[in-house]
Amino acid sequence: MGTKTVETLPEATVLFAGDSGDGMQLTGTQFTLATAYAMNDLATLPDFPAEIRAPVGTTYGVSGFQLHFGSVDIRTPGDEVDLLVAMNPAALKVNVERVRAGGTILVNSNAFERKDLNLANLDTNPLEDGSLDKYRVIQVELTKLTRETLKDSSLNQKEIDRSKNMFALGLALWLYSRPVEPARKWISSKFGKKPVIRDANLELLKKGYHFGETTEQFVTRYEVTPATLPPGRYRAIQGVQAMAMGLVAAANKSGLLLTYGSYPITPASDILHSLSKYKNHGIMTVQAEDEIAAIGIAIGASFGGSLGITGTSGPGIALKGEAMGLAHITELPLVIINVQRGGPSTGLPTKTEQSDLMQAMYGRNGDAPLPIIAASTPGDCFEVAYEACRIAVKYMTPVMLLSDGYLANGSEPWLIPDADSLNDFDVTFATGTNAEEDGKAVFHPYVRNEKTLARPWAKPGTAGLEHRIGGLEKQDGTGNVSYDSRNHEHMTWIRAEKVERIQQEIPPLDIFGDPDADLIIVGWGSTRGAIEAGVTRALNDGHKAAAVHLRFVNPLPADLGEVLSQYSKYLVPEMNNGQMVRILRDRFLLPFEAMNKIQGRPFGPSEIQRKIAEMVG
Amino acid sequence: MSEKDPKKPGTKKPTLPPGMGKKPTLPPGAAKKPTLPPGMGKKPTLPPGAGKRPTMPPGAPAGPPGGDGASVPTRADFSSDQDVRWCPGCGDYAILATVQRLMPELGVPRENMVFISGIGCSSRFPYYMNTYGMHSIHGRAPTIATGIKTSRPELDVWMITGDGDSLSIGGNHIIHIMRRNVDLQIIMFNNQIYGLTKGQYSPTSEVGKVTKSTPFGSIDHPFNPIALVLGADASFAARTMDRDPKHMKDMLKQAHEFRGTGFVEVYQNCNIFNDEAFFDFTEKATKSERAIFFENGKPLTYAGGTKGLRLNGFRLETINLENGNWGIDDCLVYDETSRELATIMARVYWREDLPQPFGVFFRENRPSYDSQVNAQIQSVIERRGKGSLEDLLNEGDTWEVS
Repeated sequence: MGTKTVETLPEATVLFAGDSGDGMQLTGTQFTLATAYAMNDLATLPDFPAEIRAPVGTTYGVSGFQLHFGSVDIRTPGDEVDLLVAMNPAALKVNVERVRAGGTILVNSNAFERKDLNLANLDTNPLEDGSLDKYRVIQVELTKLTRETLKDSSLNQKEIDRSKNMFALGLALWLYSRPVEPARKWISSKFGKKPVIRDANLELLKKGYHFGETTEQFVTRYEVTPATLPPGRYRAIQGVQAMAMGLVAAANKSGLLLTYGSYPITPASDILHSLSKYKNHGIMTVQAEDEIAAIGIAIGASFGGSLGITGTSGPGIALKGEAMGLAHITELPLVIINVQRGGPSTGLPTKTEQSDLMQAMYGRNGDAPLPIIAASTPGDCFEVAYEACRIAVKYMTPVMLLSDGYLANGSEPWLIPDADSLNDFDVTFATGTNAEEDGKAVFHPYVRNEKTLARPWAKPGTAGLEHRIGGLEKQDGTGNVSYDSRNHEHMTWIRAEKVERIQQEIPPLDIFGDPDADLIIVGWGSTRGAIEAGVTRALNDGHKAAAVHLRFVNPLPADLGEVLSQYSKYLVPEMNNGQMVRILRDRFLLPFEAMNKIQGRPFGPSEIQRKIAEMVG
Repeated sequence: MSEKDPKKPGTKKPTLPPGMGKKPTLPPGAAKKPTLPPGMGKKPTLPPGAGKRPTMPPGAPAGPPGGDGASVPTRADFSSDQDVRWCPGCGDYAILATVQRLMPELGVPRENMVFISGIGCSSRFPYYMNTYGMHSIHGRAPTIATGIKTSRPELDVWMITGDGDSLSIGGNHIIHIMRRNVDLQIIMFNNQIYGLTKGQYSPTSEVGKVTKSTPFGSIDHPFNPIALVLGADASFAARTMDRDPKHMKDMLKQAHEFRGTGFVEVYQNCNIFNDEAFFDFTEKATKSERAIFFENGKPLTYAGGTKGLRLNGFRLETINLENGNWGIDDCLVYDETSRELATIMARVYWREDLPQPFGVFFRENRPSYDSQVNAQIQSVIERRGKGSLEDLLNEGDTWEVS
C-alpha cells in the first residue's frame, strides 16, 4: 500500500452500472453509506429500468446508481462521471457517454465474451476497438476473482456469480478510501440467519478491498476529505423516507390519525411501504383496489375527522381528478402526493420529470384551484409533507404535494430536524352550534373563519352538529344544496380566494447568488440543486446571476412580483416542455425564457452554467 | 300502467309505502326481535378480532339521539329539514320512510350515524337524513364509506347506492368492499334503469329493453346483484322490495345487526322511466305466486303455503302441496349459512317456473376489515409501544458534525 500515491479530490462522481440482477442499487446504497460515514456531502441518483428482470445482458436491463460526493457543497448527483463501474458490455454501452474525458472505467473483463457483446448489440469489443481511448480503462476479472475467492464455499455457481458486486464494492471503497465497516455491519445483520451467504459476502468485500491494495493496475488512490456541513446530527435520507417521516411528524404534532390510501405505483409505492411500518405512530394505511378508491378512502377518513392522505404518480392523479374536485367542494382537508415520473400515459415509469404541473394546477373539472407545494431536495420532502398537512387542516382544503422520481429515490445527508422546532400544528374541531335559524341555535357547515375562509371541521359523533356535505354546489353558510346562480359564482370566488389566502403562510423569498445581477432564474421542485450549483459556478466564471426557488407553486408567493421587477432577464429551467414558464408569463407578463430538459434525468449544474453564460456572458 | 296515478303512489295498492298511510301494526320484526341491542341477539359466536359493536358507544345503550336522555327518539328526529326532491310516486320514498322508522329502534345515537352515497336518484338519500352524511361521486361511495368506517370504527355507517352507481361505474369498489367485509350496511336501490340521467338501460336492465339509448332493445346481459356480491364473497346478502316495508325493515335490521358488510338489494319502482318493473313480485294479484319470502331454518313455501320448493339434484323445483303427492317435509329447509344453497337461490332470477326469492340469502360471520385494521394497529402498539417521533427521526446510521 505504501507504493500507492494518494490524491485528494474536492469531489467525485461514481456510477455503478450492471444488469438489473447484478445488485447495483445495493452496491450504490452501501457506497453511499460509507461516504456518509466519511462525512462527505453527497447526492445520489438511482437509475433503473421499469422491468424487474429484463433479459440478462441487454441494454434495456441496465440498472445504474450514481453518486456525487465531496468535501464541498454537493447539490446534484453530478454532471460527469469520474468512475464508471460497468459489470457488462451493455452497462458500458449505455453509460459510457456520461464519463468525462480522462475518467476511469472499471469493467468486469470476464463479461466481454462474444455472446455478451451480441446481447448488447455490439459488433466489436469496446475493450479492443479503441473506442475507449479517451478514458482510463481498468480491466478486472471480477467473475474469475469472485469464483476463486469462493471456491470452497457451499454456494452454487449462480449464487457465487451473483455475489461479484461485493468484490466490486470492496474495490471501489478502497479506491476512494471509504470505510468498509458500514458495509460489513450491514451484511452481517442482513444475512445473520444465512451464515453461508453472509460469510461469502464478507469475504468478497475484503478481497475486493485487498485487491485494490495489491494490484498494480492502480497506482493512485483517492481521498475526499470531510465536508464542512452545519453542525448537528446527520443521517443519509432518501426523499421517500423523508416524505413518510414528514407525514408521521404531522400525525404526531397534530394528534390526528393519518389515513393513507394508496394504490401501488412507481415511484410512489415506497411511501406506502414506509408508512405501513409506522402503525404505532398514528398512521393507518389502506392499500386500495385502485387509484380512485385510494383517494376516496382518504376523503372518507377526512370526513371522519382524521387526516386523509393519498399518494401516487401522474397516471394515478389523472384517475383521482373527480375525487379531488369532491374534496375541493366539500372543503375537506386532504393531501394528494404526486411523485412525478416521465409521461404521458405510462411514459417512463422509473425516470424523473416535472411534467405534471399543469395537471396539478388545472386537472379537474370546473374552477377548482388547489394549493400546490413542491419539494426541492430529498431532505426537503420532510418539511413540505409536514407543511402540506398543516395547511390542508388549517384551510380545510385538499393540498397537492409535488415530488418526483429523482427526489423520491435520491438521497443526501440530512440534518435531523428537532421535532420541537416544527411549526405548530393546531387542530380545532367544531364543538357547538354556530348559527341561528328560526330562533334556534343550529350548526352550519359552511360558516367561515374570517382570516383563512376555512369552514368548520365537525366530526361525526359530535351531537348537534349533524350535517350533510357532497359534490353538489352548496349555499355558503348553511351548506344546503343550492343551484342559485349568484351563490355559485360567489362560492367559486370564495374557494379560489381561500387558496390565495395561503400566501399568508409563505415566508419572504430568499435570493440566491448575486442580487445585483440582470438575470434571475426561477425554479421549482427538484431542479434547485442544479440551479444553485450552476449559479455558483457562473459566479466563479464572472457571470452574474441570481436564483429564486418556489416551494409554493400555487398560490405564488406574494413578494414574487416585487422580486422579479428588480431583474430584466428571466430563465425558467424545468424538466418538462414548458409549464411553470407559462404560469409565470400569464401571471407577470414578463419575458420568461424557457429552458427544458425532458430526458428522464435531472439537470446538471454545467447545463445551467452554460445557459447563464449564453444569456449574460 | 294506466290505472296508476303517479301523484298518488300506492293509493290503489294494498301494501302502502310507509308514510303514505297509517300503519296500524307494530314495527315489523318487533315481536321476534324486540329491539335487542345489536350484536346481542343473533350472533353468539364472535369471530376473532371482530371488535366492539360500533353502534353501542359506552354509556349510551339504546339511548336517544342527541345522547341527552331527554326524550325517546322518533322518526322525526332522523328527518332533515330539506325538501325531498324525488318524483312523486317514486319507490325511494318508501325506503326513506322505512329507514327513518327503523333508526329509533336501533339504539344508536343520531350523531353516530353516517350515510354515504354515490350519485343517482337514490344517492340524494343522505340529504334527507338528519345524521352525518356525504353525497359523494358516482360509484365511489364504497371507498368513502371504507375510509370513514376504518378510521372511525365506532361510527354506524350506511351506504346508499343504486344499480348503476354500484354495479356499473362503481363495480370495482362494490366487489372489493364485499371481500374486505367492512362493517356497514349497503342499501342498493335496484330499479333496473338510469333515472337521474333520464332513462337509459342499466346493468340490471333485462335484455331487449327499449330505452332512450337502446331504441332497438338492449343487448347487454344483465347482472344478477345477489349472485354478483356472493361471487365477491359477500358475508351478508339479502333482497327485499319497496312495496313491502315490513319485510324491508326486517332485512335492514338484520343487516344492521350483522357485523360485516350487510348488503340489501331493494327492488324499487321507478314510476317515471321503468314503471311496474317488479310488479309481478310486489303486487297483490301476482305476489303470492311469483315471490317467495324465505327464512333461515324454515321450509321454502309460497302461494299461501300451497306450494313449496324442493331440491332435485342441484335444481330447485316447485311442488304442489295440495295434491297429496308432496308434503311440507319435502320442501327444502333454508340454511342461510350454506354457500351452496345461497348460490342456488341467488340464481333463481326472473324464472318463469320459479318464484323470485326475497330474504337473507347468505350470512357468514368473519372478522370485518375495519376491526382487523384497528386490531393490527393496536397489536403493533402493544408490541413496540407508541411510536416516538424523536426516535424515528434518529433511527439507523447517524453521525455527528461539530
